[in-house]
Amino acid sequence: MRYFRFILAIVLFSSFTSNAQDLISFKTYDELNAYLKENNSKPLVVNFWATWCAPCVKELPYFEKLNQENQNVKVILVSLDFEKQVESKLKPFLKKKKYTSTSIYLADKDYNTWLPKVDKNWSGSIPATLIIKDGKMTFIEQDFSNYEELNTYVNQTITK
Amino acid sequence: MKKFGIFALFMVILMSFTNSTGYQPGDKATDFKLKSVDGKMYSMADYKDAKGFIVVFTCNHCPFAVKYEDRVIELAKKYKPKGYVLLAINPNDPAAAPDDSYELMKVRAKEKGFTFPYLFDEGQKIYPQYGATKTPHVFLLDKNLIVKYIGAIDDNVEDAKAVKEHYLENAIAALEKGQEPSPATTKAIGCTIKVKK
Repeated sequence: MRYFRFILAIVLFSSFTSNAQDLISFKTYDELNAYLKENNSKPLVVNFWATWCAPCVKELPYFEKLNQENQNVKVILVSLDFEKQVESKLKPFLKKKKYTSTSIYLADKDYNTWLPKVDKNWSGSIPATLIIKDGKMTFIEQDFSNYEELNTYVNQTITK
Repeated sequence: MKKFGIFALFMVILMSFTNSTGYQPGDKATDFKLKSVDGKMYSMADYKDAKGFIVVFTCNHCPFAVKYEDRVIELAKKYKPKGYVLLAINPNDPAAAPDDSYELMKVRAKEKGFTFPYLFDEGQKIYPQYGATKTPHVFLLDKNLIVKYIGAIDDNVEDAKAVKEHYLENAIAALEKGQEPSPATTKAIGCTIKVKK
């Protein structure tokens, strides 16, 4: 029992101290999809990005700000980085940024199978963003110029 | 009149859906006259004996396109003797993607020893007609410029040796047999085509 309390204390302590989210990895889109379905207490804003994609990296701060300031949604950042760059680029990048948004690495390279499951019209360019509210998916294949544009778009979509 | 109005509206909506994606397999592609890194202008009409054309929208700056660079070079070499002409087109506006300027295209083509024209879509007039949305984005045309295949080169960007489906090569093989490629379209990730805002 004493041992249990000790564990509990450690768990509580670590949950208070670590603001930055650990990277969650999924091998397939179906695993990601199952995760999204389980974590649906709030509308989700799912941003597909990669460290090698300059317009993606540029708009990430807007998504992070959205996660911190818009209490109506939860932001999930899904990295599509190359597997060889997860350790060398993605993890150092996330460590430096200390985002509070949930970070996921999706390793699935069978794009032709999973891209149409996100949206049948997705041509495959990134950045791209998926908003999920009560199972309803709204997809947008373009970047946002600033935080206000993103926040307005998200609010309009989840109140529709 | 009201009925016609609804019909017209329906057609407009339908067309806006089909146009937004550019060419579909079966459409006739436009020819172009674009400048290559050797300073000369190239058109598909120049290749009277071609059995088909592999049009690859690609660029210097996109890491995803760079991953496919060596495979594009090999495809050009492999299919030239078979009568298929590979034409690479950089669709980006250098004002938005400085690495993709005409001068730097020349540098990249020399570094990598491109054996095929590397064309500059100056003024960005060609890629919207094709409906290219990203780099890399491949269009396979037959000798009459009918679009036969649109999409990815293969199904593994990370590792050419681990590819399971050679989509583009399978499409060329189908053409050789006088069949329609299946799949005729595939999806893949890529960098957005850069347009100055």
